[in-house]
Amino acid sequence: MQARTQLVAILGATLLLLVVLEMVRRRRLMERYALLWLLSAIVLLALGIWTGALRTISHAIGVIYPPNALFFIGIGFILLLLLHFSAAVSRLNEQSEILAQRLALLEERLRRQEQSMSSLAHGASDSRSAELAQAAIE
Amino acid sequence: MSEGSLYLAVVPAYNESATIVSVIEALRRHAPTFDLLVIDDGSSDDTHALADGAGAQVLRLPFNVGIGGAVQTGFVYAREHGYDFVAQVDGDGQHDSMELERLVATMEAEAVDVVCGSRFLTDDYRYPAPISRRAGIHIFAFLLSRLVGGRVSDPTSGFRLYNRRAIELFAREYPHDYPEVEAVLMLHHHRLRMLEIPVKMYTRGGGSSSISTGKSAYYMLKVLLALFVGLGRSRPSELGSDRAVATAQPGA
Repeated sequence: MQARTQLVAILGATLLLLVVLEMVRRRRLMERYALLWLLSAIVLLALGIWTGALRTISHAIGVIYPPNALFFIGIGFILLLLLHFSAAVSRLNEQSEILAQRLALLEERLRRQEQSMSSLAHGASDSRSAELAQAAIE
Repeated sequence: MSEGSLYLAVVPAYNESATIVSVIEALRRHAPTFDLLVIDDGSSDDTHALADGAGAQVLRLPFNVGIGGAVQTGFVYAREHGYDFVAQVDGDGQHDSMELERLVATMEAEAVDVVCGSRFLTDDYRYPAPISRRAGIHIFAFLLSRLVGGRVSDPTSGFRLYNRRAIELFAREYPHDYPEVEAVLMLHHHRLRMLEIPVKMYTRGGGSSSISTGKSAYYMLKVLLALFVGLGRSRPSELGSDRAVATAQPGA
């Protein structure tokens, strides 16, 4: 691998690593979602530094030009990350559905409670039912 | 116990129908000053109904948010309702509610913000956890002890008593998975003091741990990352400013 290509690979992977760590530090990224990013960055960085391993891998998968193997592995990680986040989005989707349903049920419950309370208060013509309404409010 | 103080025992429970009733009954018997709040973390069994029947207040989360989010719900509830002290007691029957009084006594005697029950402070503890789990606990104990500059023997213990300052902190922000470990570091960062006392713990009465063996390596990595990154966070001082003054002038 050419020295310049290697340098670019190392710098890129290092930058990715630092950005991910900084995002976790600022709590912009949860650890749960950072782990796969970190793994990608570390593997790419390792292969950028240790060109022998990259050459072995590129031979093994039949890629003539080793930096292309780096691209290949990088794309592999991107696919993995996308799948990971699709699963995460699906879970969030399901949870927000449940939240919306719970909220709608809760609103309906509250509305019914308010209605029964106000009808109690309005219908309180004699003192006995006024007391009842007061007790209900309390 | 201080007159007029409000105590809340928070019991996070996920599918604990086998043990939840006995946990609540033991708490009512041995810790009568505590109000009881069960956080049902999206259980698929009848944990919530059993807890309600046993006389606890129950918050039922609409889906499983994980132990960190469940416990934090308890802190938010305590903050909203003006509780002075929160005890966390696991719903699986591991924690002995008779020991709760000793946590309270320690909290009153030593001016600390969190009292934590530790399995590993006595020589005669019997905690037959799988070796992998124990190894994990000891690795965290080793790391945390160095990070906070004091001995932390049982960083995964969820048997803790928190005062108002700790409640405020954790209601705002509480770690997600395996939260007890990272919470110790958070306390240190916010200059809150934690003290461990030896307690007995039982093996689980039923149900299954929230951390299966297959997942524990993954959690371990995640917590290690959290600890490592947590080191890089600055230590806010406003929360602990009165404490800083107090230590600066011990005679005053």
